[in-house]
Amino acid sequence: MDNYALDDRYIKDFDRSEHEIAIETQDLRVFYGAKEAIHGTSLPFERFKITALIGASGSGKSTFLRSLNRMNDTIEGTRVTGQIMYRDIDINSANVDVYEMRKHIGMVFQRPNPFAKSIYDNITFAPRRFGEKRKAVLDELVETSLRQAALWDQVKDDLHQSGLALSGGQQQRLCIARAIAMKPDILLLDEPASALDPISTSTVEDTLMALKDQYTIIIVTHNMQQAARISDYTAFFYAGQALEYDETRKIFTRPKIKATDDYVSGHFG
Amino acid sequence: MAPKKVDKLATGVLYVIAGVIVVILASLLGYILFQGVPHISWHFLTSPAKSFEAGGGIGIQLFNSFYLLLLAMVISVPLALGAGIYLAEYAKKNWLTDVIRTAIEILSSLPSVVVGLFGFLVFVLQFKFGFSILSGALALTMFNLPLLTRNVEDSLRAVSFTQREAGLALGLSRWETVIHVIIPEALPGIITGMILGAGRVFGEAAALIYTAGQSAPALDFGNWNPLNIASPLNPFRPAETLAVHIWKINSEGIQPDAAAVSAGASAVLIIAVLAFNLLARYVGNRIYKKMTAA
Repeated sequence: MDNYALDDRYIKDFDRSEHEIAIETQDLRVFYGAKEAIHGTSLPFERFKITALIGASGSGKSTFLRSLNRMNDTIEGTRVTGQIMYRDIDINSANVDVYEMRKHIGMVFQRPNPFAKSIYDNITFAPRRFGEKRKAVLDELVETSLRQAALWDQVKDDLHQSGLALSGGQQQRLCIARAIAMKPDILLLDEPASALDPISTSTVEDTLMALKDQYTIIIVTHNMQQAARISDYTAFFYAGQALEYDETRKIFTRPKIKATDDYVSGHFG
Repeated sequence: MAPKKVDKLATGVLYVIAGVIVVILASLLGYILFQGVPHISWHFLTSPAKSFEAGGGIGIQLFNSFYLLLLAMVISVPLALGAGIYLAEYAKKNWLTDVIRTAIEILSSLPSVVVGLFGFLVFVLQFKFGFSILSGALALTMFNLPLLTRNVEDSLRAVSFTQREAGLALGLSRWETVIHVIIPEALPGIITGMILGAGRVFGEAAALIYTAGQSAPALDFGNWNPLNIASPLNPFRPAETLAVHIWKINSEGIQPDAAAVSAGASAVLIIAVLAFNLLARYVGNRIYKKMTAA
């Protein structure tokens, strides 16, 4: 693999009068101890679109994603500087209620991680913690979330069986259902299909495509076909920063940066 | 030698070692039960001990053992939960938590007789609790707490980090995640550890000889006022337990049927400890199944 010039970059910006920005980072840096894992990265994400973050292992795309809802806070020795603007608030500041923020910015992880509870409880657990006790409302929530996650038809008769009894692909869709039951604005997905077989993967992809009307989706993926299939915008990460950010179509057909070109055509990764 | 032969030989040796352990346990159990079970009767289990004549039972000692166990668990379980949750979920890695961990390690390796003597000096003499259930329960807590804490911490750590992320990503606080997600999943391990701890406490003698005392005053089982000296619930009365009773009969018993009482009491003790172990397995499996395959 070649070494690429890091100052050779192309970051698309949006015409703010035409495109609504859901969340945007400004000079975001992530430090693990003294090591700077993400170098000043500024990316805007358009509302109700799917944005894919691609790049080789260790390029920092997951770390970047996890900063957006401050999941990196949970790792000891991690420090995040710069701004994350969400609804005109910098959510990367100390006085922001992280827990409240995470209700608006949900996350689905690489490995399906349903709770060791029933399917029904997996979905209603958090809403109930936040005060929703009405059974009719909860039942409705379970059905709509599972429908949106394309899981309802398979599990509607066994809502009280354990979430862990489902297959890997179903578990991941349960996790998506659980995340959208919170009615977040933004859904962050960290390689949600990497542990799934091709059929489950394509179901999850269809699910995401269908969700885009109501949610802003940012997805990290290793799978370039996946990025090309489902995303509207793509950011290519290399050595801890975004080197190129553009419409997905352009990234995969006419990339402006050599590193991107080499990566999407399979020269390294 | 051919690899296949080496493998066979090694497996054979391991079988023999495992077999020796099973034989030792089985013969010990068999001997104690064979000697003791014939002496067990309803009368033996319920009547008070006699010091000079034959026909004494172990009723009060048996009650004392359970009551002391209950008190010791009531004190140590909340402490162990708190310390275990702190160490597993909140403690950052620094010198303070290193000190706490080392302290727990040392505490868990203290000989129980040392714990007993410490309890004697501190609880019995210094705090003036006398030879009492309370002194005994506190000594047992010291004896039990490190192991319970360790068990809680290990059980919590065994729950995958991704479960914590799942809770946090839904906007739950760390505390809510621990209480409602992590602890329920760790519960089978925690409960199993506690029941095994209870078994250990139940059979403990050395830590109690100098704290709960070696006498079992007559109890009035109709009197449940914990402040009355004859009440079984009074935590300030001396309370010889079953294990201490066995030790005492064998060292200074002058009853004509001392050997029989000792054998019977030992059998009861062994059966109780065995029951704790089997219960721990059963309950652990039950809860695990309930939690995962609801």
